Amino acid sequence: MVYLTRVEHFNAAHKLYNPDWSLEKNDEVFGKCANENWHGHNYDLFVTIKGEPDPDTGFLFDVKRLSGIIREYVIEKLDHKNLNIEVDFLQGKMCSTENLVIGIWQQLAPHIPSQVRLHGIKLYETPRIYVEYFGE
Amino acid sequence: MNATKKVAVFRREHFNAAHRIFNPAWDDRKNAEVFGKCSNPNYHGHNYELVVKVTGVPDPDTGYVMDMKRLSQITKEEVLDKFDHRNLNLDTAYFRDLNPTAEHIAIVIYDLLRARIDPALDLKVRLYETERNFVEYPA
Repeated sequence: MVYLTRVEHFNAAHKLYNPDWSLEKNDEVFGKCANENWHGHNYDLFVTIKGEPDPDTGFLFDVKRLSGIIREYVIEKLDHKNLNIEVDFLQGKMCSTENLVIGIWQQLAPHIPSQVRLHGIKLYETPRIYVEYFGE
Repeated sequence: MNATKKVAVFRREHFNAAHRIFNPAWDDRKNAEVFGKCSNPNYHGHNYELVVKVTGVPDPDTGYVMDMKRLSQITKEEVLDKFDHRNLNLDTAYFRDLNPTAEHIAIVIYDLLRARIDPALDLKVRLYETERNFVEYPA
């Protein structure tokens, strides 16, 4: 089994704010991340697929095509956007990196070709903070 | 030790902020044409990385060009407390009438730090908007 990872990135605004809570409670739980006018990040996205290399090409899957899939179904929706306001798959959800990585998995999984499997997604919110999701 | 030997010391900090690049004198179409996705009216954001460079002759008593704890504190007070986890367009006075491009942010940061750092020391600011795009001031 070989694991292939493609790295993409996107720059986005967001805030962590629970609309059912008071301002005070949001401040207490989320601190600066609850800033009403948002803040932002350069997100780094690592998409890992797994499978066996094709005997004719030596590829698991053409990584240029994988990049195209990630761009079409994920990056175009997120890059230079406001995650709280403009992302359909995050509506009604807290805009945490945890929920974002799950949403990204759900966007990508239906479009991964059948000769490979989506293994995992790693999403860096900052160089020191990242999440991973394996579809469980 | 030769009293004229100058050393540059560097401090790296970071802040995460939202912004929008646009010219209010232009219509949406022209802003989109010139600034592309960066003019999204709903904002986007970055992890900004700031490198502050201070140059001078090490003090004979301390061996320091500048106490880096003090430089860190000044940078925190003048930059991070004002910009971190903020919307640069909406939450700061500096960018109400100034387009918050990396160029302009670097100049604003330089001016804020310059006022707090010994004029005998040279100061330069490098600001990474992304890993690939960064600016330096003074050039």
